[in-house]
Amino acid sequence: MKILVSLKRTADPDNANKVKVAPGGAKIVTDGLEPKVNPFDEYAVETALRLVENGKTRIAGDTVVVASFGPKEAATNIRQSLAMGADSGLLFTTDDDSLDGDLVARALAKVVEAQKPDLVILGKQAVDGDSNQVAQVLAETLGWPSATFAMSVNLSADKKTVTVGREVDGGVVKLTLTLPAVISVDLRIVGAKAVTNNVTPAAFAYNDGPRFAPLPMIIKAKTKPIAEAPLASLGVDTGLKVRYTGFELPAARKAGIKVKDVADLVERLRTDAKAL
Amino acid sequence: MQSYLFETEEHSALRAQVRRFAAREIAPHANEWEEAEEFPRDLYARAAEAGVLGVGYPESYGGGGGDLSHVVVACEEMILAGRSVGTCVGLGSHGIAIPPILRVGTEAQRQRFAAPVIRGEKISALAITEPGGGSDVANLRTRAERDGDHYVINGSKTFITSGVRADLVTVAVRTGGPGHGGLSLIVVERGTEGFSVGRKLKKMGWWASDTAELVFENCRVPAANLIGDENAGFIAIVMNFAIERVFLAAQCVAIATLAYQESIAYARERQAFGKSLTGFQVVRHKLAEMATRIAAARALTGEVVTRCLRDGDGPALAGLAAMAKNTATDACSFVCDEAVQVHGGYGYMREYLVERLYRDARLYPIGGGTREIMNEIVCKTEGY
Ligand SMILES: Cc1cc2nc3c(=O)[nH]c(=O)nc-3n(C[C@H](O)[C@H](O)[C@H](O)COP(=O)(O)OP(=O)(O)OC[C@H]3O[C@@H](n4cnc5c(N)ncnc54)[C@H](O)[C@@H]3O)c2cc1C
Repeated sequence: MKILVSLKRTADPDNANKVKVAPGGAKIVTDGLEPKVNPFDEYAVETALRLVENGKTRIAGDTVVVASFGPKEAATNIRQSLAMGADSGLLFTTDDDSLDGDLVARALAKVVEAQKPDLVILGKQAVDGDSNQVAQVLAETLGWPSATFAMSVNLSADKKTVTVGREVDGGVVKLTLTLPAVISVDLRIVGAKAVTNNVTPAAFAYNDGPRFAPLPMIIKAKTKPIAEAPLASLGVDTGLKVRYTGFELPAARKAGIKVKDVADLVERLRTDAKAL
Repeated sequence: MQSYLFETEEHSALRAQVRRFAAREIAPHANEWEEAEEFPRDLYARAAEAGVLGVGYPESYGGGGGDLSHVVVACEEMILAGRSVGTCVGLGSHGIAIPPILRVGTEAQRQRFAAPVIRGEKISALAITEPGGGSDVANLRTRAERDGDHYVINGSKTFITSGVRADLVTVAVRTGGPGHGGLSLIVVERGTEGFSVGRKLKKMGWWASDTAELVFENCRVPAANLIGDENAGFIAIVMNFAIERVFLAAQCVAIATLAYQESIAYARERQAFGKSLTGFQVVRHKLAEMATRIAAARALTGEVVTRCLRDGDGPALAGLAAMAKNTATDACSFVCDEAVQVHGGYGYMREYLVERLYRDARLYPIGGGTREIMNEIVCKTEGY
């Protein structure tokens, strides 16, 4: 089993109050924000690792490869996923402004052709642009089955199919995909028992959230390979198709009001908020 | 700069992990645990599982490997992201209790006493200070008399961090004659007859960390628990102190950094006379002075770490470690005091973090050897 995970270096979204819009609304300015791995991509790495493990031990022969597109510094972020347990990294260098969801998907398709993974796992979206495009365009480009916003993944014992749970209004839809396939993951995928592979015993529970990389793994990650090449080396058309016409910050929130009691609350909901 | 000169990408990766752990497992409960004067016991297991507890300990005993530099940055992130100094120092009491066992203990003792602590299964404490005196270590009075395969211990210890809940305590005892040549270290396990917790002490700061008075009354401990040779304990104690002082200096740098960050945020937000506090040069200069003292303390603390890694933690380190402790302690006290000042009346209120940090900071010129004793050590190593 070989799994490819894509990973984006993004500005720390927890620092949303420091995100600024450039004058004229041309772009989002993230200067001074700490770069980190897009959280959804971290969940994708965690998902991939759980699929290639028997509880706490790795299944021999299975591999997880992490690919990223971006500045050279993104190697640091790839190394973080190697410290979590991924086996190797691929970095295709370019600057962030020269990328859009379409190009990343097409570039990733080239990586898939070369790497021949059985499964590609992505975060559902990057928390900077929130575009939510890459998994869908990638699956379309490859002509592979796909399931987005996975909240659970079950790999069949014969490793030929995955059953993906997707949260929708009023319940959970289960889709069974024949491998190779593309999956994008949502927050709940890192729940204790969200990922199953018919190898890890059913009683085994992971800790909620992406795993911590202990120091020995951090040290070991330094010796794992990260192959670096310019994006152009993939032979994709690097023209951008997505054009952003403008950005603006949401209006500042007004202060709330304090209500006296439940009767007052109901009254306010009816008259001021017109919610009832 | 909120990092040490010695740091590599490995350190920043470790920082990121520890930060995530502390932000998730400690920060949301920081106030509650400080007010309750206790944190949940299972935090040890969770910290071990996340690879935080074992930083700096050999993998063969369940640790995470790494050296002093890793311990220092992990400790800093625990404080910055955890926002509860008491919890961090309580959780970290093995940092002084376990090294003597690893340094001079036998392989069997390391596996039996150190490994379960590093794995987060047991709590450990170091007991040196006595009600009758802490600075004058060479004259401590708790006696351990040999009786067949046992030592019979009589005496008491006080101000012992994590002593209330400790499963095992590395105790300094007098096995021989007067002075430093008569001291030994011995591990006393919870439940040993004659060993009890006198009381849990109420403190100015470090609330979430319990501090105990320990009593030994005809407490019979197997001779196999003696750590190192009989009457050779003093040197192990002194070496341990030197490293403890580096930890304490690093804690001071971290606490000061946290108080400084809180102050900047508050000064930006708070309005007076129609502008934010940062609009006043007096306030900006206060912040600048805080930043400068922290930078100086960080530089010296970092230098001790670097020298220790380069030259080993021999006696040459003791003087510099003492200087670093005093420098970092003073920076921390100064910064926390100014942080309260910048916060005005809110800085005096229990709901503001700087109020707590101010109280926590007061421990550092006392614990792990007082400021005056640090100067005595500097005098000795300087040769006058
Ligand atoms: C919160 C807290 C946690 C602690 N945790 C531990 C622990 O886990 N394990 C442990 O063993 N101990 C612990 N201690 C004890 C600590 O190490 C001692 O308090 C410290 O060493 C000072 O000893 P003392 O309190 O007996 O003061 P004393 O030795 O009585 O000193 C009183 C004053 O006299 C000064 N003085 C003493 N001798 C000299 C001298 N020769 N020249 C000049 N001035 C001198 C001192 O500097 C001090 O100002 C802790 C203390 C606190 C407050």
